[in-house]
Amino acid sequence: MATTLFISLLAMGGLGIFFATFLAVASKKLKVEENPIVEKILNELPQTNCGACGYAGCLALAEKMAGSEVAVDTCIAGGQEVADKIAELLGVESNKMGRMVAVVLCNGGDIEAVKNAVYRGEKTCAAANLTNGEKACIYSCIGYDDCVTACQFDAITMNNNGLPVVFYDACIGCGACARACPRDIIEMHPEDHKLFVYCRNKDKGAVARKICKVACIACGLCVKDCEIEGGIELKANLATVNYEICPQDEKPTGRCPTKCILFGKEEENTKSAVMEALMKKAG
Amino acid sequence: MNLKTFKHGIHPLYCKELTARKEIERAPIPKTVTVPLQQHLGTPCQPLVKKGDVVEEGQKIGDVVTFVTAPVHSPISGKVKDIERYPYPVGGKVLSVVIESNEEVKEWPENNTGLDMDLITPQSIRDAVREAGIVGMGGAAFPTHVKLSPPKDKKIDTVIMNGCECEPFLTSDHSLMLEFPEKVLWGMKVIMKAVNAQKGDRGIEENKLDAINIIQEVVRDISPEIEVVPLETKYPQGAEKMLIKATLNRDVPMGKLPLDVGVVVNNVGTAAAIYDALKFKKPLIERIVTVSGNGLTEPKNLILRIGTSFKEAIENCGGMIEGGERVVINGGPMMGVAQTDLDVPVIKATSGITVLTGDEIKPKIYHPCIKCAGCVEACPVNLMPYRLGDLARLSRVDEFKRWGGLSCVECGCCSFVCPARRPLVQWIRVGKVKLREEDKPGSA
Repeated sequence: MATTLFISLLAMGGLGIFFATFLAVASKKLKVEENPIVEKILNELPQTNCGACGYAGCLALAEKMAGSEVAVDTCIAGGQEVADKIAELLGVESNKMGRMVAVVLCNGGDIEAVKNAVYRGEKTCAAANLTNGEKACIYSCIGYDDCVTACQFDAITMNNNGLPVVFYDACIGCGACARACPRDIIEMHPEDHKLFVYCRNKDKGAVARKICKVACIACGLCVKDCEIEGGIELKANLATVNYEICPQDEKPTGRCPTKCILFGKEEENTKSAVMEALMKKAG
Repeated sequence: MNLKTFKHGIHPLYCKELTARKEIERAPIPKTVTVPLQQHLGTPCQPLVKKGDVVEEGQKIGDVVTFVTAPVHSPISGKVKDIERYPYPVGGKVLSVVIESNEEVKEWPENNTGLDMDLITPQSIRDAVREAGIVGMGGAAFPTHVKLSPPKDKKIDTVIMNGCECEPFLTSDHSLMLEFPEKVLWGMKVIMKAVNAQKGDRGIEENKLDAINIIQEVVRDISPEIEVVPLETKYPQGAEKMLIKATLNRDVPMGKLPLDVGVVVNNVGTAAAIYDALKFKKPLIERIVTVSGNGLTEPKNLILRIGTSFKEAIENCGGMIEGGERVVINGGPMMGVAQTDLDVPVIKATSGITVLTGDEIKPKIYHPCIKCAGCVEACPVNLMPYRLGDLARLSRVDEFKRWGGLSCVECGCCSFVCPARRPLVQWIRVGKVKLREEDKPGSA
């Protein structure tokens, strides 16, 4: 009995000592030098792995930043604050970042747009876009919530008109919603863009007018009213703001017959304002 | 009868009795036609006419100088009313020429030298086929002259004519074989000459026994080197790779073409169009379309001009049955695309228009996958649809590609058999779109 105890104790103890020595040696010999700055940068980053920077998550970006391969302001989600902190860590200067905001360029909701079919398939925009969707306009918002699902920052919601609304104050400009939209209705714009044409319809005016109350009918009034030559142009039956030329305080004269070109509408969509409006309508 | 077939596949309700063995009817010439300038895979055509031009039936109205394309011809005589982007039955909008008819009908004189097998050369066949704007009429609309130009280092030994028509409801190929078997066989002989093949096979599903008999008789008369192969009635027997497997027992590897195993597959409709192109110098301006379905008053096999609107085609069949929802599909219920606008035109690849009633497509709520592997069992290209569907849904496109998502033929067998009613093929199609977007240069 005592022998069995002795042998097993000796065997297990021996094994323990052997592996402990092995691990101790290995940890010294095979040590991987890790850049301590990476972890510090990672702690500053939002760590939501939103993918807006184009890298496979925050850790991958932190490694690139530590190696000075990318600029310190690459993290779009973090914005100016994070860029400044990382610049301090790395001892470089950070540039002034412009904030980007997602803009939904379609106003043709359930009320305004004509529907000419019933869709019974999988309720996602990507799947519905394989057919032409329910609305007669094939450039319109499909109205399921691919963009809402894509947003990791709760900065977009569907209103009771079947259209997505971006919370102007909550959007961090990662662009996930714009990538999720199969019809490219959501665009990323710098904060100082205030004038938008809320329509993507490229049909002729007569066709567009029939299928949606708020479509751009390419009448050209806004083009004529624009104070600067070429500030607004008609491209493929669609008024297009040329942001490089058009001054940022350029306001349309309100002559737009379908009210699809609007100024400064986005700023009103703060989270509290939108939620309040939604609650009021829901009663 | 010992019937050949492929592994896997399904047996849907075929519903072909609505139009099977009904005589082909010629529809009246439409008042206006909308002719899309892209009806084929490849480069879209540029318009060759202007608004206000007077065009003649069969006049070329669109072409472009590239190899993988097919010119477009005016299906009726009349005046060009508009050239603008119009809805298209495969989805989206395409630049189209609208022609208003002047109700003249052209006679196509016979061109006797056209089918003299000693006189025609493979190159002259290819030129004639391209000039006539012929594309694969089974549905994919791949330009036929490209198919008839195999690379020098690839030897083609067999030409297969596809007369399976496995899609439920459709009977256009079936009625074509019943009424014009000579056209099909001559077309086939021309194709064999063009690719220099020694052997010809024809695959026909055994539910079309009458067609098999007729074709066999004509084969005995004209060309004994052609063999008629009766195949089991199964879906998707008419898919290119399945057909090659069934008739020749050759496997086309993933990502390869039938050319790589020495085979050229053509639809019977394409063969008949080639016959017309050589014999009458008549371009592809009309085709047989099955207008069928339970939502229709009087289902028919119609000869329709390209560019006829779906609405007019349906009116030619007595219109839709009143009341309730109707689903109009370009093609058949398995692979067709549901339409949202009935002004879309019939194009070269429209083999059928199916009108279903709302009850037949009751919304189905789907349930979690129970891992029964029914879809794996049904998939004719040996994929794992349950897995691909989930990967596509989660946008995991790299894995989607690794699991062979791109070789999916979108036949719909997986969704058909799924006991949890998961819309697998729809997810896979979305996955393919996502993958293509990701592969585009310049995207993150």
